[in-house]
Parts: sequence; structure tokens; C-alpha cells
Amino acid sequence: MEIVINGTAREVADDMSLDRAVELISSAATGIAAAVNGEVVRRGSWPSTRLASGDQVDVLTAVQGG
Amino acid sequence: MTEVQGDDPLVLGGQKFGSRLIMGTGGAPSLDVLGRALTASGTEVTTVAMRRIDPASPGSVLDLLAERGIKVLPNTAGCFTAAEAVRTARLAAEALATTWVKLEVIADEVTLLPDPVELLDAAERLVAEGFTVLPYTNDDPVLARRLEQAGCAAVMPLGAPIGSGLGIRNPHNIELMVHAASVPVILDAGVGTASDAAFAMELGCSAVLLATSVTRARDPELMAAAMRSAVIAGRLAFRAGRIPRRFYAVASSPPVTG
Repeated sequence: MEIVINGTAREVADDMSLDRAVELISSAATGIAAAVNGEVVRRGSWPSTRLASGDQVDVLTAVQGG
Repeated sequence: MTEVQGDDPLVLGGQKFGSRLIMGTGGAPSLDVLGRALTASGTEVTTVAMRRIDPASPGSVLDLLAERGIKVLPNTAGCFTAAEAVRTARLAAEALATTWVKLEVIADEVTLLPDPVELLDAAERLVAEGFTVLPYTNDDPVLARRLEQAGCAAVMPLGAPIGSGLGIRNPHNIELMVHAASVPVILDAGVGTASDAAFAMELGCSAVLLATSVTRARDPELMAAAMRSAVIAGRLAFRAGRIPRRFYAVASSPPVTG
């Protein structure tokens, strides 16, 4: 299926879990957060969150700013 | 330990800080330069923005702050609506394990001025969710009062638009806020050089938040040291009490006699 991670469309395995999708972007143990279709998903819930075709996944961290 | 002998610490969101200079991290030419500037500034709280991870990005601003024992204050820079700001604050809380947020809800890209309606809405929602909300606001004493009533832990009026370096355009309004507020008033944005930071403190602000004036200075580390001294000087002057302005001279030497 196709999902969009940080604005880029990617072909991934069907029913991929959110923790696997995040791993495609970062392996950081702390300092990152993820949202699916704009809703923040707690880190503890990443493995049990199944993604669906067309989902928009955002993986964020702190950068210089302000 | 405060930077001014005999001074009270800055109390923000129930925490005490010796330094009254809050730094931002935007605009620095490199992490190395930023790190040296932060050390020179003596800051204990520093803002960061939340963005999509860029795998090509070198180093981490979080490591830089952690190494120096500086508290991370995530902001909602780039948000135009209350909904966006609330979501960004939640992401920051999840990523950084903090419930503090510098709330920015801007109206447009040209002025970067706060949108007061969206700002107050976002502040009310985030306070209800248990956040310690530090709102970047206009130099409007009435809006500041509404933000305080909404439960914000401070009010942070701009001296002038972000990055403009125009100084404090309406010092009377800043003084009105200081007189009315029971939470810290923190001058946020507009500082161009050290005298602007000192002036903010002389007006009675509890702290100054700045970034561009340091990070885009020719020598950021040196300007950070200047800002540190300026905030201390302004605080000392505020505590000492300035003399009244007079139309005519008042001789400082005794009259010549005999």
C-alpha cells in the first residue's frame, strides 16, 4: 500500500504498524513524535497503531528556531 | 543563585531561574557557533521549533542544550491557527517530555505579528490540557490581561516584529503590562542590540527572550555576552530606581562658597 511519510509517498507493506513507519525516518529513542493524519500518537501506542493506505504520517523533532 | 546579587530568582511556571535571559536558537550559522553563544549568554531556558525530521540534518540542537543543562522550551512557530498550535504543542510534549510551550500563533508571513483571536483560543485550550503556556503576544495590555486570565504562566509581548531589531516601539504599553500583570512579563522579539534588552528590564520586565540579535550578529558569542550583561544592568537599574526626568538642570556639585 502507499502511505505518505513526511510529505513523501512510499510503498510499504500492508497493515504496517506506526513504529515500523517511524523507523524508516529515524531510529532515535527519544526526542521525536509522530502523528497520523494530524493526530498525535503516543509512542507507547506506535506498535499497535496499524496504518491504512493513504495515511499521512508525520515524524517530527526539535530543530533550531524561535 | 541569581545573576544579580540580592535579586529574586525569575519564577516561571513554578520553577526558579537565576538568569533572566531566555534564548532562541534560530538563525545561527552552525551548531558550534550556537553552542558558544548559548554558553556566553548564561541562559537557562532556550526555545526550539518542531519540524519534520530531515535525515540530512547534521547534529541535534537537543544535544547542545542537554550538554549545557539548559531547559528546552518548544515553540509553535509557523502556526497560523489555534488548531495547528495545539497540535504542535502536543507533538512537542510527546517528543520532549515537557508540558511547557512558547505559544506562537502568527497572522501572516510578512509581519509575523500574533493573531490575537487565535492566540487566546489556543492559550485557553492548552491551559485546559495542563500545559504551562508562555504566549508570544502583541504589545497590547488588554490582550495581555486576557491571556493572564486564561491561565498563562507569563505574557511575552513583542518589542517590535520578530527579527526586525527595531527595539521597543511602544515602551509605555510594556510598562502598562508590567504594572497590571501578576505573572512575569517577558519582552519577546524586536531586540536589536544590548541597550534594547537593558531598556526592557528597566521598564520592569521580568526577563528578555531574544535570538536573532545574537545569532545573526557578526560575532554571536560576543553579542550573547553583551546581552547577558545588558539584562543584568537593566535589572539592577530597575531595582535601584531611576531618577525623575526634569526640564532644568539639577547641580550635582555643591555651590561654590567663600
